Amino acid sequence: MYQTAGVTLRNPTLLAAGILGTTGASMARMLQKGAGGVVTKSIGPVPVYGHPNPSMIALNADGGKGRVIGYLNAMGLPNPSYDDFCQEIDFVKNGTGAGAPVIASVFGAGTEDFVAVAKGLLPSRPDAFELNVSCPHAKGYGADIGSQPCQVEEVTAAVKNAVDVPVWVKLTPNVQNIKDIGKAAQAGGADAVVAINTIRGMAIDIHSGWPVLGNRSGGLSGPSIKPAAVKCVYDLYEALDIPVIGVGGISCYEDMIEMMMAGASAVQIGSAVYENENVFKDVWTGAENFMKENGYGFDELIGLAHRRK
Amino acid sequence: MTGKSNNQANQTNRTDQTNRTDQTNRTDQTNQCIEGSSPCNSKTGFPMNAKIIDVKDEAANNKRTLFFDKSFENASPGHFCMVWIRGVDEIPLGCSYTNGVTFQVVGPATQALFQLKVGDSVGLRGPLGNPFTLPEKGERVLIVSGGIGAAPLAPLAEKSKDIGASVTTVLGARSESDLIFEERFAETGDVILTTDDGSKGKKGFVTDVLNGLDLTKFDKIYVCGPELMLKFVMKILIDKQAVSKTEFSMERYFKCGIGVCGSCCMDTLGVRVCKDGPVFKAETLTDSEFGKYHRDASGKRVHY
Repeated sequence: MYQTAGVTLRNPTLLAAGILGTTGASMARMLQKGAGGVVTKSIGPVPVYGHPNPSMIALNADGGKGRVIGYLNAMGLPNPSYDDFCQEIDFVKNGTGAGAPVIASVFGAGTEDFVAVAKGLLPSRPDAFELNVSCPHAKGYGADIGSQPCQVEEVTAAVKNAVDVPVWVKLTPNVQNIKDIGKAAQAGGADAVVAINTIRGMAIDIHSGWPVLGNRSGGLSGPSIKPAAVKCVYDLYEALDIPVIGVGGISCYEDMIEMMMAGASAVQIGSAVYENENVFKDVWTGAENFMKENGYGFDELIGLAHRRK
Repeated sequence: MTGKSNNQANQTNRTDQTNRTDQTNRTDQTNQCIEGSSPCNSKTGFPMNAKIIDVKDEAANNKRTLFFDKSFENASPGHFCMVWIRGVDEIPLGCSYTNGVTFQVVGPATQALFQLKVGDSVGLRGPLGNPFTLPEKGERVLIVSGGIGAAPLAPLAEKSKDIGASVTTVLGARSESDLIFEERFAETGDVILTTDDGSKGKKGFVTDVLNGLDLTKFDKIYVCGPELMLKFVMKILIDKQAVSKTEFSMERYFKCGIGVCGSCCMDTLGVRVCKDGPVFKAETLTDSEFGKYHRDASGKRVHY
């Protein structure tokens, strides 16, 4: 058991929002495969079908022949809304995932939406909420709110006021200064920030000239964004008093250790399930061994890079 | 916020592609096999440009095969690919040949695909998913096919024959004009034809034929077709204690197609149809949403 950001995790690796989080059963499966907690698919005020396909592609080096360097996606926030989603959280809570924390990801077009959705999900007893103010490819939602400090503070404060569980705020890297956004979340009463969501990106099919994603552009995730995520986590750790949860390109224990040295008190893993369904178990087992071998406790490990100067 | 209206407009657009008709479409497409390759090929990321070199109408009823200038070598029956009709949508389809896909027009995406001609091109990602477990030499194979479900099963029948297994096919369709690949199956072994309206073969359903068969005579059973058909086939398999030797090819609504997004996960095991499937051991499905409900593009449960 590991406590951070107001939540007791089975271990410090969480399933990131938007990955295998549409059904309770798939989240329970990830818990069985070693995740220390799960974040749901982002849930909004009304059912949404999402963008047309292709909605996600893997990007390989060397003109497509090399190893995976990242992923592009523009799902378009598909979700059945809270009335239908409560049963998915119930499935985790009442089934094989019983006892593990479920963090409900929430999005909306403004404060009222966020509050309505969070309240709508409360009957399913989520252990925390994660506010998605960072999705880069849904106009009027996500990053459109998350790039305005005043809106981030307002939404965070409103949800904090409406619920009795911790509230995390997931940040977009597509801003001039992520520290300002993090500070706004903290000022709104956030229990933690989660960084980062995907980086705006695009891929074009050279045979036809067509942008590949159905939404034309989307968000980049995977190995290629890890250095950007490490820098954001490093900056946020320095600027904030609340915990930072690191996410972005983590696929092995070395990545997790690095993210914690930058200041993350826990990590989330997403796209890496593409190549390894047991990634949570592998990452945490490796990180635990590394900590043991090097004599690190969490207190020493988290933010270590800040003390090396 | 203007964003809200945009998103909802988009949603309406998508509804058109994700209504029940299109789900049928998806079913067929998922089930239409590609002779795919290894189940975890990490280099299937970017769509490959594939030019259409031949178009073949398979039946009177809007069923068509497109042949491409590219083929998925080393692929196995049961794999599928994502077919990107540029500017329209990307849908899961199988190749009924190493370089071909067979589909039925049921929604806007397949309608757009139907408009394409020789010389036009699409983007292909594949082969994807988990294929059928092939029989061994000398084994007796029973194939149960409903409608467009024949698409992944025809190459399986051919591969089984090549391996040296004996193949019997129960080939069902609504009517004669919906039957596809009758000759391909006939070349691999015995075929028992059945149509709902009796226009060809026995009048009735594949389940009527199965009820009359001694399933102990078969070592492996492979099933593909509409989910309600699969549901009734499963009942017979349970009654006749043949579940453990059976595999089903399933369909669900796909988004990413590569096992990451979770749109196609099935209760109660949480398995991903696009990556852990589309072919599942029948026992995996017995305590599941199978035959009861599926989820639409939003993730909402839709009961059969």
